[in-house]
Amino acid sequence: MCAAIVLIGACGVVLSKHPVHSALSLVATLFGVAVLFLNENAQLLAVVQVIVYTGAIVVLILFVLMLLGVDTEDDLSVDPIVGQRALAYLAGFALLGSLLSVFIINRDALVTGRRSVSAALSGESSNIALLGRQIFTTWIFAFEITAGLLTVAVIGAVVMARRPSSYEPLPEPESMDDDGYEPEEVEA
Amino acid sequence: MNSVAATQGFQPYWYLVLAAMVFTIGAVGLLVRRSPLVMLMCVELMLNAVNLTFVTFGRMLNDVGGQVIVFFVLVVAAAEVVVGLGIIVAVARRRPNATIDDVSALRG
Repeated sequence: MCAAIVLIGACGVVLSKHPVHSALSLVATLFGVAVLFLNENAQLLAVVQVIVYTGAIVVLILFVLMLLGVDTEDDLSVDPIVGQRALAYLAGFALLGSLLSVFIINRDALVTGRRSVSAALSGESSNIALLGRQIFTTWIFAFEITAGLLTVAVIGAVVMARRPSSYEPLPEPESMDDDGYEPEEVEA
Repeated sequence: MNSVAATQGFQPYWYLVLAAMVFTIGAVGLLVRRSPLVMLMCVELMLNAVNLTFVTFGRMLNDVGGQVIVFFVLVVAAAEVVVGLGIIVAVARRRPNATIDDVSALRG
């Protein structure tokens, strides 16, 4: 049931012409994955998935979609590289075939190696306590680097969001504002 | 085998198959579509498929590490969306109706 929702949503993201429909299909997929997380006893991850993905990321994408204009449909008639689309489908089938063949061949021994290396999942403490203890002990350096990554991303977004017209007083050979200047290259 | 999986009728095989299918759909969409926003959504699809795989393998190994890594994937996805949307807005400000080929306008 949830798998069907996930798959239909994923197909909807790729196949729907309108970007807003793609975003809504993405929401369906993310909710389905959250329910599958619940099914796998990852309660905290399910909640975080709903809050972060559907609450923040998809809303951010929708904001940008509204900002750029919602009627920008993808025209799939032109092919930028000849035969790119056929090659893409071919590569997709090859990827799916190889992944599924790996799972089918190793169906009885999907995982090898030692179990419960960092901590046992089925311990006596709850999911949240287990995850928190692991993040702040075993994975503490990755956690710190993640903080640095988020800071860099925020600073980068702020730098990119500044209007280039603030650089106007500089002696530029060609003005940087939106005066309809187009380079000479021919649009496909 | 791990006792949790045995007692609750947990079938990791189908989760992995589902994740592989979602990953493939995302990859094909990334190659086929030309709108940068839809491509970003396809990347999110692929990341979600990998998250599902991580949780499933963590469950199979009875290890909490798989779920911890999903946290970091979430953070990286958030950072990626922020930077990607910044680039998309920067391109679209110069050229409305930009496709992904117009990202080369950022050069220099």
